[in-house]
Amino acid sequence: MMEPLDLELLKIAQEGIELTQRPYLLMAEQLGISEAEVIQRLKGLEERGVIRRFAATIGHRALGIVANAMIAWNVPPSEVERTGELFASSGDVTHCYERGTAPDWPYNLYTMVHARCKEDCLKIASQLSKASGIKEYRVLFSEKEYKKTSARI
Amino acid sequence: MDDLDAALLALVQNSFPVTARPFDALGEALGVEGSEIIRRLERLQKVGLVRRIGPILDLHKMGLAGVLAALKAGPEMADEAARVVNEYPEVSHNYLRPDESGYNLWFTVSAREERIEEILSEIRARTGLELLVLPTSRIFKIGVRFDII
Repeated sequence: MMEPLDLELLKIAQEGIELTQRPYLLMAEQLGISEAEVIQRLKGLEERGVIRRFAATIGHRALGIVANAMIAWNVPPSEVERTGELFASSGDVTHCYERGTAPDWPYNLYTMVHARCKEDCLKIASQLSKASGIKEYRVLFSEKEYKKTSARI
Repeated sequence: MDDLDAALLALVQNSFPVTARPFDALGEALGVEGSEIIRRLERLQKVGLVRRIGPILDLHKMGLAGVLAALKAGPEMADEAARVVNEYPEVSHNYLRPDESGYNLWFTVSAREERIEEILSEIRARTGLELLVLPTSRIFKIGVRFDII
């Protein structure tokens, strides 16, 4: 179980650091602990894998990467591991998940693809299909973004 | 965006220093003052190239589960249904993704399992729409990194 202070720290940190010389000192003041302790706790959380990485999130739209597609794949159970690892190793894939299915929805592996246009997304999907041998898939383009945040605690 | 901006973005999207003076550390790596790094990050944030600098969490390790869910909202109902879905802070992403199946509003929920159940049954009841629920069972890759240079 996580220490309450670590949880408080993560809640503050996930809002994003302030752009000032000593951002961790600001967090420390909010929590009533020392700057050194904030740093030590953040490093500990990263070592334990609670923090996957401490980094900047890039606004890909501003980079001109405006098309994004979710590709849903129907992969035989025995091939999920191999296929998931293959997709994850592709530089075009930003996210790859295995998910449960539903009676009217047989797709069990999901990849997110970002590119400059829809055609590029489709091209990537067909390359991934060829590389993996998985032929049954659907490409779902996002036509409107209603919400996009980081998953929060 | 000049070469230094690009180098800075490439660096910070992989890792931002967790040290007392992180901007000085970045400045040292790139051969400029820490204050110059702060000025540039302020500008990059303003134009939307940098969204947030902070921890990217492993929710599973924090005892949280995740699902991808979709509603059959139809084009005319999508905005209204999206408004209901967005009310929940546990919903992190919500997109209109039309599909032949009719499922067109796709969103993700992260929370404790019981809370996810609760949110989904509320959404079902409040919208009266058909709901598809696809729980995450394994993560092969997470986190967006782009080729900047």
